[in-house]
Amino acid sequence: MIEHLPEDRPSAASVGLSRKDFISDQEVRWCPGCGDYAILAQMQKLLPTLGIPRERFVMISGIGCSSRFPYYVNTYGFHTIHGRAPAVATGVKAAQPELSVWVITGDGDGLSIGGNHLIHSLRRNVDVKILLFDNRIYGLTKGQYSPTSELGKRTKSSPMGTIEPPVHPVEVALGAEATFVARAVDTDMPHLGEVLLRAARHRGTAFVHILQNCPVFNNGAFASVRDRAQRLEHGLYLRHGEPLVFGKHQDLGIVLEGLAPKIVTITPDNRDRVLIHDEQASEPTLAFLLSRMTYPEFPIPLGIFRAIQKPTYERALIEQVEEARRQMAPDLTALLSGPEPWEVDRP
Amino acid sequence: MPMPDAITSSKPTQELAAVTIRFAGDSGDGMQLTGERFAAVTALAGNDFQTLPDFPAEIRAPAGTLSGVSGFQIHLGSHRITTPGDRIDVLVAMNPAALKTAWPALKSGAMLILNDNTFTEADLKKASYESNPLDDGSLDTFDIRRLPMNRLTEEALAALPLSPKEKDRCKNFFVLGLVSWLYTRPIEPTQAWIEKKFSRSPELARANALAFEAGYRLAETSDLFPIRYVIPKAPIQPGRYRKITGNEAAALACVAAGQRAGKPVVFASYPITPASDILHELARHKQFDMRTIQAEDEIAAACAAIGASYAGSVGVTATSGPGLDLKTEAIGLAVMAELPLVVIDVQRGGPSTGLPTKTEQADLLQALHGRHGECPVVVLAASTPGDCFFTVYEACRLAIKYMTPVIVLSDAFLANGAEPWRIPDVAALPEFEIPQVSEQTSSTGFHPYARDAMTLARPWVPPGTPGLEHRIGGLEKEHVTGNVSYDPVNHETMVAYRAEKIQRVTADIPPLTIHGSPEGAVLVIGWGSTWGAITAAVEQAQQEGRAVSSLHVRHLHPLPCDLLEIARRFETIMVPELNTGHLQGLLQTRLLRKIHGLHKIQGQPFLQSEIYEAIARLT
Repeated sequence: MIEHLPEDRPSAASVGLSRKDFISDQEVRWCPGCGDYAILAQMQKLLPTLGIPRERFVMISGIGCSSRFPYYVNTYGFHTIHGRAPAVATGVKAAQPELSVWVITGDGDGLSIGGNHLIHSLRRNVDVKILLFDNRIYGLTKGQYSPTSELGKRTKSSPMGTIEPPVHPVEVALGAEATFVARAVDTDMPHLGEVLLRAARHRGTAFVHILQNCPVFNNGAFASVRDRAQRLEHGLYLRHGEPLVFGKHQDLGIVLEGLAPKIVTITPDNRDRVLIHDEQASEPTLAFLLSRMTYPEFPIPLGIFRAIQKPTYERALIEQVEEARRQMAPDLTALLSGPEPWEVDRP
Repeated sequence: MPMPDAITSSKPTQELAAVTIRFAGDSGDGMQLTGERFAAVTALAGNDFQTLPDFPAEIRAPAGTLSGVSGFQIHLGSHRITTPGDRIDVLVAMNPAALKTAWPALKSGAMLILNDNTFTEADLKKASYESNPLDDGSLDTFDIRRLPMNRLTEEALAALPLSPKEKDRCKNFFVLGLVSWLYTRPIEPTQAWIEKKFSRSPELARANALAFEAGYRLAETSDLFPIRYVIPKAPIQPGRYRKITGNEAAALACVAAGQRAGKPVVFASYPITPASDILHELARHKQFDMRTIQAEDEIAAACAAIGASYAGSVGVTATSGPGLDLKTEAIGLAVMAELPLVVIDVQRGGPSTGLPTKTEQADLLQALHGRHGECPVVVLAASTPGDCFFTVYEACRLAIKYMTPVIVLSDAFLANGAEPWRIPDVAALPEFEIPQVSEQTSSTGFHPYARDAMTLARPWVPPGTPGLEHRIGGLEKEHVTGNVSYDPVNHETMVAYRAEKIQRVTADIPPLTIHGSPEGAVLVIGWGSTWGAITAAVEQAQQEGRAVSSLHVRHLHPLPCDLLEIARRFETIMVPELNTGHLQGLLQTRLLRKIHGLHKIQGQPFLQSEIYEAIARLT
């Protein structure tokens, strides 16, 4: 029997779960001060509010510090192999489309060794939530540069500085036609919670780029937005339908000059030229423009870049099964007999 | 106009016991289709048969060249046929390159049906002929039948409003008509097939039907074919049959396994020669809740299959050597997570890209040992195209019963080769046993690594099961609880459990069948697709009174309990393999005695004669 996808999920009250129900009996073993703790706490706060029975949650991870995440959440969990979590998650969704599947990955796991799976999971729009913890360093292998490390960064494996320009995760996701792309910061808990809730409610692949610190191997990563005081100045909060305004006094705006973004001090004259955020735009042009804005030339956009609706992979997969059944009843004996069977009689 | 009927033919007939025919031409000549259709009507005529398609890796190599030759060989007869035939009795060559390629395999005095239109200077040059073999006497000892097939096809279709190219492409049906007459094959099934195949294009249906008829009529009326041949029906076990290739059989087994297990099948695969046809076949059978995924790469295919079986479906992936390399780490994950996974490896010539369309058995040691760490899996091998069904079905059953990956070794020869297959009774297929949560494990809380006392399998508890939420992964597990553990003694305990669990699969292995005397001078031990050639060679030697027996191993890990004991009853053991001696070496270490090997690494299956000669040297 094919179980149909739930159109309307049950309400939180009908499930009656609390934060404690999502804490496993395993001791959390991340380093003190690691951003992973904050993300774990936000998830344990969020999951009981979604109105989904606990047994329907599955946390799937690859390899790396972030990928220990499933052990700490008291749901179903699968700590797989390096980079392959999106592929495993695709199989889980193909088997049971009604599960709420979360992929927990990092900058190395998701964008280096597992880059291929990430891209294809996004383009297929498999209904999984991908949380990419980005600390711009390999932590579990003790401090090599990662694909998001800044050009020239000195690490154990790049003593003279890296010679590789970094990849921009949000841009990759948009390029892969992701239907939901967002960014949040580990230290901005209310905003992170808001973004995770939106991701959870999205039907299709939700990609969340979470900026975090690695206090041991890359202390100070993303300081421009992780630090509360700096965030007011350098963070650009994206709100659907509202102008792209930022700065300590909210007096700076983003306008378009030619095809490039430009920072202006807002005046009555240029106020109308400030770009209005549209996460639902059918073309990802604005989202791309935002995704390419990097500190220190620009503020760092935080929030939802893009949120559009497209059919999900597993729904299409099941619909083909159902369509095939409408066309032909499953008859195993007939299938085994093939198009041209023949009888051999007793001699 | 009605077709000349087989019975009312005016020409004399001659009875044959068996014949080996090869249809060969350029990749674009459609010889695979001619061969397949000839095999279909051969089945209906009641003969036993085996086929061997042999085609280049290139889709369309330069026309007329040696590298572009595509061949289809069929061995049919009025007795049991287990090989596609050592030597060619009848060659249909559509061009000089086809003749040249078949040359080493021609039986002396073989009948050569040659397409006269292509023995031109240009085509001869492309086939690297320095002089025309039709004129230089090199074919004098053969039975030559020259026909201008291009022209005859064109003439037959003259009235049709088709382009010259479209007409030319019908000549494979001209050939089919001709050879159908020659071997007294039924006509109606081919006519019906053409009508159905080209139902959307009545003009092409008409053209192919006319070309078929023209070939048939020509043979009936031309002096080139004074005799037609009759091959009596073979004594085949009564029942309902179909023609099946190894890849078709493997695919059908996946469907049957899902149906019998009462679970959806998630088949995730990445296109690779010669395994892709399994994906193609399964993608057409979605009504059986067959969920096919064409993954982004081989690794993703294995991982998606693992994800699916983690979530309670039957997870299957299929590949060939290069893909098996890539899936290695994922297979290790399934060993550690103790999840069912079926990996079908359709072996081809290696290493690296190797010989993509040619057969080999050189992945055995990789299947057995090719993973880091102590990482045992079950390894099975199919012996005939039809046996691919039972082997893959058994793989699915064992994977679930023992919560383990199972690797199935097929190969290019089995994958593309076809034989008559007795359609099994669905209800008689073995039952699936699903590892359940026992009361014992649930009373003290749920323990994902608490094992079944008999099989040592852990319970299969997919996400969605209320109250049994748990975490698994690739890190070493603590015995019973399944928690992450770096404890030294626990690791050794778990290594031992994983090995012992696989050993217990021996309880599911039926006793081996010895073909011949149960003890004596020589025992030939085979595995995989060599079954046909070994059986034919051993029977030939036995008929001559030579003291030789054979047995064929389906379970390569764990090995059947009785294998070593049987082997010890024979003075000499020989293992023919399409590799440099994988099973030979394995048995040598297990038996601590010399095992003779017979090795062939040419991308081609063994000939009966090669194995027979090796037996003769030992007896």
